[in-house]
Amino acid sequence: MSQRPVPDSYPRRLRGGARGVAVSAMLAMLALALGLPRPASAALEIEVTSGVRDPVPIAIVPFTPLPPADGGLDVAAVVQHDLEGSGRFRALPRERMPAKPTRADEIVAGSWKGAGSDYVVVGRVSASGSGDLAVDFDLVNALTGTRLATQRFVGAASALRNAAHRVSDVVYQKILGVRGAFATRIAYVAVDGTAPAQHYQLIVADADGANQHLVLESRFPLMSPAWSPDGHYLAYVSFETKHSGIYVQLVRSGERRQVSARAGVNGAPEWSPDGRKLALTLGGGGGNPDIYILDLATQDLARITDDPAIDTEPVWAPDGRSLYFTSDRAGSPQIYQIGAQPGAHPKRITFSGTYNARPRVSPDGTQLAMVTLDNGAYRIAVQDLASGTVRVLSHGRLDESPSFAPNGATLIYSARDGERGVLATVATDGLTGLRLKAPEGEVRDPAWGPFNP
Amino acid sequence: MTENASMRRVVIVLVVAAALALGACAGKPTKPAPSAPETSEGAQGAGAGAASAAAANPDDEAMGPQAGLLATRVVYFDFDSAEIKGAGTDVVAAHAKYLGAHPAIRVRLEGHTDERGSREYNIGLGERRAQSVRRALLLQGATDVQISTVSYGEERPAAPGHDEAAWAKNRRVEIVYLTQPVPGKP
Repeated sequence: MSQRPVPDSYPRRLRGGARGVAVSAMLAMLALALGLPRPASAALEIEVTSGVRDPVPIAIVPFTPLPPADGGLDVAAVVQHDLEGSGRFRALPRERMPAKPTRADEIVAGSWKGAGSDYVVVGRVSASGSGDLAVDFDLVNALTGTRLATQRFVGAASALRNAAHRVSDVVYQKILGVRGAFATRIAYVAVDGTAPAQHYQLIVADADGANQHLVLESRFPLMSPAWSPDGHYLAYVSFETKHSGIYVQLVRSGERRQVSARAGVNGAPEWSPDGRKLALTLGGGGGNPDIYILDLATQDLARITDDPAIDTEPVWAPDGRSLYFTSDRAGSPQIYQIGAQPGAHPKRITFSGTYNARPRVSPDGTQLAMVTLDNGAYRIAVQDLASGTVRVLSHGRLDESPSFAPNGATLIYSARDGERGVLATVATDGLTGLRLKAPEGEVRDPAWGPFNP
Repeated sequence: MTENASMRRVVIVLVVAAALALGACAGKPTKPAPSAPETSEGAQGAGAGAASAAAANPDDEAMGPQAGLLATRVVYFDFDSAEIKGAGTDVVAAHAKYLGAHPAIRVRLEGHTDERGSREYNIGLGERRAQSVRRALLLQGATDVQISTVSYGEERPAAPGHDEAAWAKNRRVEIVYLTQPVPGKP
C-alpha cells in the first residue's frame, strides 16, 4: 500500500466553493506529474433517487484535520456523504451548526437539538506513530448528551478514507441497529465505445463509487465479476481469446490465472462460501449450458445439472449445501434450487411471472433477489424464500444483475438511464435508492464485496 | 420509492483526483495475458501486466466467399428463440453447401441476443442460437471439424438502439470465415 495521502473527493458545496476545485486540480496535476497510474475511468456521479420520509437528523462536525498527512481528506464530509447516500439520514449543513466541537465533552446538548439534530458526530485525525494516522470519534445523543459510541481507527494515511467509512458503519449501526456496509467495495464493468470496437474495464471501487482501481482492461467483453469470500480475489469471464474463459485474479497484485476455457460457454462463476470452489456454467461442445462445480485446488469438476435446457447463473446458499440457478427447462427462465453435489434433483423456486433469472441469495439466506419481467419491463425483485412472496423493488425497464450488500440491507444492480448504463442501489425494504453514473460510456455488472476483515 | 415530501435529489460529483491518487495504493492495472488458445482446462500462471489483449488475438477473420447468398453472413431470430426461419434458412443452406465443397475452410459461429434480461442467461441463449446454426450446417454438408461456436450474449449488439427495431437486428448468429484452422481441431 502506498503512503500517498488521500485527497478529498467531495462536492463543492461541502468543501467551500472554488478552493475545493483548485485543490483537486492541483492534486490531479501532481498525480500526473508523479506518473501515478491513471484513473480507472472517469469519476462516477452519485444521485440519491429516493429516501425515507423521516430521515434521522444528524450533525457531522468537521473533524480536527492533520495537514498535510491527511492529504486534505475531509473525514466528516465522507461520513456525511455515506449517511446521506443511505437515504436514512439528513445532515445539518455546516453553516447552521451552533459550534464546531471536536470532542464529546465540548458538546452543549441543547444547542444541537435547537438546530434540528438528534445526534452529533465529532472527531479528530491525529498522528499515531510510524507514520500512521488515528481517527477518533464520538457519537453523541444531542438531546441528552449521552455518548453512544467512542472509537478509534488506526491505519496508514492511504487508508484514511476507509477509516471514515468505518466511522459511518458504526454510526449507522448504533442508530439504526443494522451493521453499515460503507467500508466495503464493489466491482463492476465499464464499457466505452460501440461494438465491436469496445473498451472494457473491470474496476474495483469503494461502495460509494470513489477510490476507483483498474483491475483489468480488454478489447473483448469482460463479464460477471464475483468476489471471493475473503475479498482478496475476483473471478470473472473474459473473451480475450475470442472465446469465453473464466479467470481468477488477486485484486491487490493483479496476478491471475485461467481456471476454465473449455469448448462452448464458460460463464457465471460464483465462489462457494468456503472460497475453495467455483460454481459455474459450462456449455459443453453441444451448446447446452449446465451447472458445474470446480474445485480450485484440485481442478476437479463436478457436473450438477444435466438438462437440454439452458441452466446458468448458479449461486450458493450461504450454508454451501445448495445452489440456486436459472433454467428454462419449463419453457421460460425460472429459478431452481439444487443440492451442491452430483445427482441432486432441482426444485423450482419461482412461480410468478414468465421471466425470473439471475438469482442472488441474501447473506442470511432468507431472501432471493432476481431479475423479473414485470409489466413488460425487466426489474429487480426480491422473493421471501419462506413465504414465496415477491416484491418488485426497481422501476426501470432494463434492470439486471442484482447483488446484495454484505449486510443484506441494500442491493446494487445495473440499470439503463436513457442511452447510458448506470449502477443503482435500492434498499431491500424498497424505501431508499441512489444511482452511480459514469460521465461517458456504460457501467454494469456490479458485484458487492464482503465485509472487510 | 414513493414521491414523498422529503425525497431529495442530491447530485454529487466525485472529483477525478481521488481516483488518480488512489490508484497508487492498489495493484497495477493488468492487461489480459496471452493465453494458449482453447486449452481444454487447467491453471496457467500469468503475471500482472504481461501483455496486451491485441497481441493474443491476431485478426483471424477472412474475407470468405462473396457469391450470391454466401455474401450474407447473418441469421436472425425471434425473441427467446433459436429457430432458423425465413431467409435465414436459405442463408444457412448456402453456407452449408459451400463448406461441404470446401472441407479445408473453417468458420466460427458467433451467437448474439438483444439486451433484455440477464447477461449470463443471454450467453446461454446466444450459444443455443449458434448451435442451432451449427446443427443446420452439419445436416446439410458441413463437417464438425469446420465449425466452432462462441456466444457473446448481449455484449456485442449490431444495432445500438433500445427498441424492437434494434433488438431484431441484435438477435442473430454471425458466420465468420477464418484464416486459420479452428483452434483445438485438426
